[in-house]
Amino acid sequence: MINDFIDVYKNRHDYAKDWKKKNPDSKVVGYMCSYFPEELFYAAGMLPVRILGSHEPQNVTEPYIFGMYCPFSRDVLAQGLQGHYDYLDAVSTAYPCMHLGQAFDSWTLHVTQKKFYVDMPNRVQTPYAVPFLTGRLEETKQEIEEWIGREITDSDLKEAINVYNENRALLREIYEMRKADDVPLTGTECMYITTASLFMDKKDANKLLKETIENELKGRKAKTADDTRLMVLGSENDDIKFLNMVEEFSAVIVTDDHCTGSRYFWNPVEEQDDPIQAIAQRYIDRPLCPQRDYPERKRLPYLLDMARDWNVAGIIALQQKFCDPHELDKVALLDWFKENDIPTIYLELDVTVPIGQFKIRVEALLERLREDELW
Amino acid sequence: MVEKKYKTAPLKSWDKAKEIRLNIYKEIAEAKSKGKVLLGGGAESLIALPTGFDYAMLVGEPYGAAISYLAKSDPDEYMKYVEASEHAGYPRDLCAYMRNYIGSILRDKYVFGGPFPKIDFYLQAGFCDTHSKWYQAVSDITGRPYFSLDLVPFDWEIEGESEKTKDLKRKYIVDQIHEAIAWMEKQTGREFNDETFIQGVLNECESTSLWAKVCIANRAIPAPLDEKTMLSLYVLAVIGRPRNDVVEFYRELLDEVEDRVANQIAANPYETARIITDSQPPWFALDLFRLLETYGVVSVGAHYTFGLSGGWEYDEENKTWEAGKTPQEKGVEVKTRDEAANVLADWWLRTGTVCRGVRHSGAGKIQRIMDMVDRWKVDGAIVHLNRGCEGTSLGQMDIVSSLLERGLPTMTYEGNHADPREYDENRTFARIESFMETMGLKQLYEFKKGE
Repeated sequence: MINDFIDVYKNRHDYAKDWKKKNPDSKVVGYMCSYFPEELFYAAGMLPVRILGSHEPQNVTEPYIFGMYCPFSRDVLAQGLQGHYDYLDAVSTAYPCMHLGQAFDSWTLHVTQKKFYVDMPNRVQTPYAVPFLTGRLEETKQEIEEWIGREITDSDLKEAINVYNENRALLREIYEMRKADDVPLTGTECMYITTASLFMDKKDANKLLKETIENELKGRKAKTADDTRLMVLGSENDDIKFLNMVEEFSAVIVTDDHCTGSRYFWNPVEEQDDPIQAIAQRYIDRPLCPQRDYPERKRLPYLLDMARDWNVAGIIALQQKFCDPHELDKVALLDWFKENDIPTIYLELDVTVPIGQFKIRVEALLERLREDELW
Repeated sequence: MVEKKYKTAPLKSWDKAKEIRLNIYKEIAEAKSKGKVLLGGGAESLIALPTGFDYAMLVGEPYGAAISYLAKSDPDEYMKYVEASEHAGYPRDLCAYMRNYIGSILRDKYVFGGPFPKIDFYLQAGFCDTHSKWYQAVSDITGRPYFSLDLVPFDWEIEGESEKTKDLKRKYIVDQIHEAIAWMEKQTGREFNDETFIQGVLNECESTSLWAKVCIANRAIPAPLDEKTMLSLYVLAVIGRPRNDVVEFYRELLDEVEDRVANQIAANPYETARIITDSQPPWFALDLFRLLETYGVVSVGAHYTFGLSGGWEYDEENKTWEAGKTPQEKGVEVKTRDEAANVLADWWLRTGTVCRGVRHSGAGKIQRIMDMVDRWKVDGAIVHLNRGCEGTSLGQMDIVSSLLERGLPTMTYEGNHADPREYDENRTFARIESFMETMGLKQLYEFKKGE
């Protein structure tokens, strides 16, 4: 069953194309940032799929996006320019950051013209963010209705919320299982599961998640209490090779704070009379990307709580090269974990990772964490 | 020596511009001793907002640029600023203005002399991702409080944004303006004066509209102003647009520039070709404009130079941008704080082309650049691929492609507006010289560095 998620992760485009064949009257919409409220598309009977990079060197984005934009934004745009997402009926984003926003702007100029754009507030700490986002989502809903030629009812929205909330609860259940001393799945396996969920019809994903929890994870010991418990956090990250390398060193990644991981699903939509407002509230309240964590630093105590709850010995912070919001948290984040006695290393991700160099840094971290065993 | 085509004359307003700029920086240094509120923040911070107090404001971008000037006169001293920031852990690819500014705080050194001013609080409109986090980092270092106002700009007009969306955005900002005022009163323990705020808002609208009119005057052939001069003139709107003396300055400047147009007084007496640039220039290396002059080339402006503190209003009928009509010109009376807040929000959303360009590139930004090419009768473009500011470099590659598709000679060079380590002057000059050749231009007189 974990293998089924691995299969979807590796063959995400085939999955979407098959879905379209099975649902010939429905549409597939790509979204770039996890702040886009997918529930709106799902309520309209569509399949929302996250657009991620392929981690393969490419030479197609140079004429469209300046080299100092983050490798993720360039890798994402490359997928469109190379035609890998040619099955999309539209592309969408909530305002992500300038880098991914640049990829979106170029994508809509050169790849997919039909677009949906939500002005996601950055300063989610203001009480005016929820009413503003609610208003923008109501308009987005109307735009979708005009496109598909039918109304999206409150009942459609509530159904979508239920399906998505179930998905969030199931993923959260898997993360809770990772609190155990003998962890039932590796961090790499978990990344396959969470990231594959970004591409899947949530009803399919939920069915598979239930089966995986019941029939595969319960009673399983993928790693033992002897393995060093780590947390990964930072920018978008689905770098399987990197995680795999880390876990080869008698270490296990037990939790994360990535938009392809826990940040994506952590909090549910809380029920309210107005489903659009409920959705808006959820996206305002979700665990923060540094892009939206100001003026007060709320992310750091949240990360510390997570590290403690999952009994983490050390942290690997991973940041996409040139990712300004994460870079602007770097000093505060390293100081914070130093003050709280959690050894942390900070690495920069590119489209492909320099495994050899990173291996040395990771080994050094693990040696530091295990020095009690040495002496 | 080649014969001059046009007469030229020094700009009479020049000395006054320098004097006002100096006064503003002096007022910042003396603010605390004079009992004023002293705040820091970015140029696009709706800087009329604190005018309800007796205040001074250190605006971050021009201050970061001022530090980068040192790279020319005293490179070792410059390095001390930027290295202070990098030693503290701020990555080298972050906004160069910000790194210079943080270096100045960490060294406790005001680049104009003395220690770094003791700022009471920081205020920033979050139109640019980096700016929002910049003052959070500064707040971490200094312990001074920080308020960020989420400025969600209008999309470009070509995108057909609905009136409903625009209303939502206006309301979002107005609500936050009231929130900011209450917050500032709490931080300072002082009462906010609505009368001075209303005047500050009206001044902000008028200064930026006047600057747009000055830029429009540069459509004339010969151009009355060159971009290098404009960079020294627009900065007053950047750091002091709500001030009475700044509004008065722009009124006088517009009169003078229009007079130059009427009398064909050129910025460059040879004017053989007209170009636009894109993004901020490398502030420490403005000599590149002098090199262009030796070919008779005048840079008539840039989206950035026109728009950072320019108020531009879209003319739907003619699909172009003109100077924004101020509330005064429209006969709108502003009597209350709420009315002033609405005017300020509407003004920035409608007329602020740079803050919108930092959020949205695509077809709208391309349209704006093409409009400049047409209306300013431009023969070529030089695009600074600015590694120091991802905000202004948003959409640059698509702009370059569009300019080339249109057949406009266009060159690029990589650099950094405020970090000379990423700018290669010899290489840039060689590229410019080749570009001049491709435009069929000959050097009219020898370029002498530093003149």
